[in-house]
Amino acid sequence: MMEEVQEVKSALSVHGHNIKVTEVLKDGDALTFLIVSQKLSGTGEYHVDRTCDDFEWLQQHLFSQEDVPGIQGIIFPPLPAKAQVNASAKVMKQLGFLGLGEWQPYCKALETFLRQVASHGILNKNKAVEIFLTSSDPPGRQRAKKNIFNRLSQAVEEMRKEGHKDVDEFFQTERDHNLALTGYTKSAAERFLDVVLTEQKIAVACGHFSAALHLCVEAGEDPDKQAFSRICVKLSEVFDSMKKNMMSMAENNMNTLGLGLDLESRYQEAEKEMLFRRTCKLVELETARKNAEKAKPVKKAAMEEVKKAAETEFDHICGVAKQEIARFEGARVEMLQQAMVQWCEKQLLTAKESADQFNQHLQAFRGMA
Amino acid sequence: MAASSDRNPPPFPAAEEPEAGLCDMADGDSDEGEDIFVSNSNPVAVSRGVSQPDRVSEEPPDLFSEEETINTTAKSNGVHSDDDNDLFAEAHVELSTDKPGSSGRKELSASSGPHPASSFAQSPASMQPTSLEQLEEEEAKDSFDVDVAVTNPEKIGDGMNAYVAYKVSTRTSLPMFRSKTFSVRRRFSDFLGLYEKLSVKQSLHGCVIPPPPEKSVVGMTKVKVGMDDPSSVEFVERRRAALERYLQRVVSHPSLLQDPDVREFLERDDLPRAVNTQALSGAGFLKMINKASDAVNKMTIKMNESDTWFEDKFQEVENEEQQLRKLHAVVDSLVNHRKELCGNTAVFAKSMAMLGNSEDNTALSRALSQLAEVEDKMEQLHQEQAASDFFIFAELLADYIRLLGAVRGCFDQRVRAWQRWQEAQSTLQKKREAEAKLLWANKPDKLQQAKEEITEWEARVTQYERDFDRIGMTVRKEVLRFEKEKAKDFKSQIIKYLEAMLQSQQRLIKFWEAFLPEAKAIA
Repeated sequence: MMEEVQEVKSALSVHGHNIKVTEVLKDGDALTFLIVSQKLSGTGEYHVDRTCDDFEWLQQHLFSQEDVPGIQGIIFPPLPAKAQVNASAKVMKQLGFLGLGEWQPYCKALETFLRQVASHGILNKNKAVEIFLTSSDPPGRQRAKKNIFNRLSQAVEEMRKEGHKDVDEFFQTERDHNLALTGYTKSAAERFLDVVLTEQKIAVACGHFSAALHLCVEAGEDPDKQAFSRICVKLSEVFDSMKKNMMSMAENNMNTLGLGLDLESRYQEAEKEMLFRRTCKLVELETARKNAEKAKPVKKAAMEEVKKAAETEFDHICGVAKQEIARFEGARVEMLQQAMVQWCEKQLLTAKESADQFNQHLQAFRGMA
Repeated sequence: MAASSDRNPPPFPAAEEPEAGLCDMADGDSDEGEDIFVSNSNPVAVSRGVSQPDRVSEEPPDLFSEEETINTTAKSNGVHSDDDNDLFAEAHVELSTDKPGSSGRKELSASSGPHPASSFAQSPASMQPTSLEQLEEEEAKDSFDVDVAVTNPEKIGDGMNAYVAYKVSTRTSLPMFRSKTFSVRRRFSDFLGLYEKLSVKQSLHGCVIPPPPEKSVVGMTKVKVGMDDPSSVEFVERRRAALERYLQRVVSHPSLLQDPDVREFLERDDLPRAVNTQALSGAGFLKMINKASDAVNKMTIKMNESDTWFEDKFQEVENEEQQLRKLHAVVDSLVNHRKELCGNTAVFAKSMAMLGNSEDNTALSRALSQLAEVEDKMEQLHQEQAASDFFIFAELLADYIRLLGAVRGCFDQRVRAWQRWQEAQSTLQKKREAEAKLLWANKPDKLQQAKEEITEWEARVTQYERDFDRIGMTVRKEVLRFEKEKAKDFKSQIIKYLEAMLQSQQRLIKFWEAFLPEAKAIA
């Protein structure tokens, strides 16, 4: 395996680990995101606004770096699907957690994307990243040249290669493992989304009950009617608390574990893409070897050249891939741990606050005449 | 009586699936019968509810028994008692036969000119302040030394003839019972039979008679097949709790407690099987009330209400019934969402368990598995929460929707009492006219008969007027009592609910506290 050639030129002029997507603005149908990054030297910030199209522009540029050896071995940080103000039901379904909560989770996902790109030793050397983060002008609308990463353009026959047996046990294991994890993670994320959506429904129902109770409050002097009215008012407050509690629980779920599962799911997909690209290269290599063997003397030299090029490329990819996989494993465990710890801490806090509130309501009822 | 014209409340919501096209079963005894969504067309039930004066003679001892201190003459009177020491004797302005009641029928329906209604109006108006105060005093004195419980549902028999028997236990310090603690076994139709007996006897007294729980063919059929599956278990528990609440309401009513049928129900080892219980399903009950109300509305003599208390109260009752229905619908939807959340949580827990199993990193794998376990525990909590919402709130609201129907029923009884009185007056008038004609025609023997009839009807008019006054008093008292009980009931149920919620939250806190170190341990 060749050592990855470290280019000497400087990467970014900003820190990668604390990029923030601070706001989202609606402009007709499109969404605009405000991105703040900290300058490396001294104190200072870059404030830029970018649309979903701009993010795509960035990603396309990252994909089309053909001059970087082994680029196909990189697990590209996943970009969330494109979002719009009045997105169709299909788009919302695809977005899952990212479509909830007034685009807050979506902003977080974009933020994660930028941090991952800006912290990636190879990717952050691409000029597009610097331009994206620092240029006050929109980064440009020209489409990058067609690249090999657009899976949609891959023919159906290519998909068969997914199951192609590997020559390297490490990679075969990794592929099998990834296949299982991708499925389970996606499923877990979808099911957790169902939980959150139902929690929101419960919150709404509690709100309705709270409002309906107010209709039962009657004016008048009759002491028994008064007693019942007071009960209705207090009960309305109880259900209002319950509504808030449920909403907090749903929000906590959404912002911590929900986002975590969503990211993990998309990241596993990204690894899957990388492994597939490598597999495709493997098939290409094996084909090139066969061709070289079977070639008639007149074509032999040319075939040998093709074979050598394929081998070199394949080696590069494997090298990069191994590093990426190691990095990926570490990063995802840390990310999931953070998600789970945050989730637990937030839910614990919400539960304690709720318990306090219910206790207060209980005392109030007990003290009622 | 300002009875509202719209007497068709929306169908009673139920947790069980509706069944279409089920007709009344011949065997009214079994727990089968129409489900609440099916129309109940049993005319017998309706006519029973409408006033039939001859029935009234079977009355039990008067409602205004020893506890009554409203008048100095605290005697037990039957409804038909001609005793001059009637409870309301001093309260009435003189009720002589020369009253404007002789002025003709048309004046009874018109609001112009003096007529019995207005002269009557003066008496309760003047009575009002004292009587209400005294009513409230009485309520405070009422204390009940009877506790009932319905427990131990047991399936008896097999197949479609099977039924569930419940243990009804009573604990009391009242001397009218044979012992201090005792228990009997009763089946659902026995409870319906008790209601039927009470509603027949009390039909012109103006009491709010607690309505029985609903029948359900679907629920019972499942139980007949086997009592093991969760929905059968839930059904039986729901019914048991409803029967218990029903009995508790009956025994906490001071007048109903005195009824020998109630005592018999609680004490007697072998109760004769109840017949004709087809009519008494939940929706059937409400239909019966509504049909009776419609019958009242269709009567030609409209009541001229000079005491606005009754009109106003009736309107309040109707409004409240509508509001409770709305609340019930919301709670129903809440219960369904909670059940949905249980399902979602369980499915999510499984998927996390699978994820944990596939995970290579040991610490992460363990944390994911723990997460799956936490979610499993939360599913349990959600189940309990759903049950709490249902058994505490949904059933409470359902009970009160039915009870408000019963309250409307007693208002209707008062109107029927008024109408009976008016009809008697008009009959008396006719008799007098007949007498006048006979005087003119000079037929002495027929004249004698006519005079006798007049005397008889004068007595009836007096009696019916007294009945009307008395039922008005009862209705007021009952409504007051109902409102007090309602506030108490709601308050105690809400406290129960909050206690359950608090417990839930505390368990939840423990789950999170246990999970946190596991999550942090993923290095």
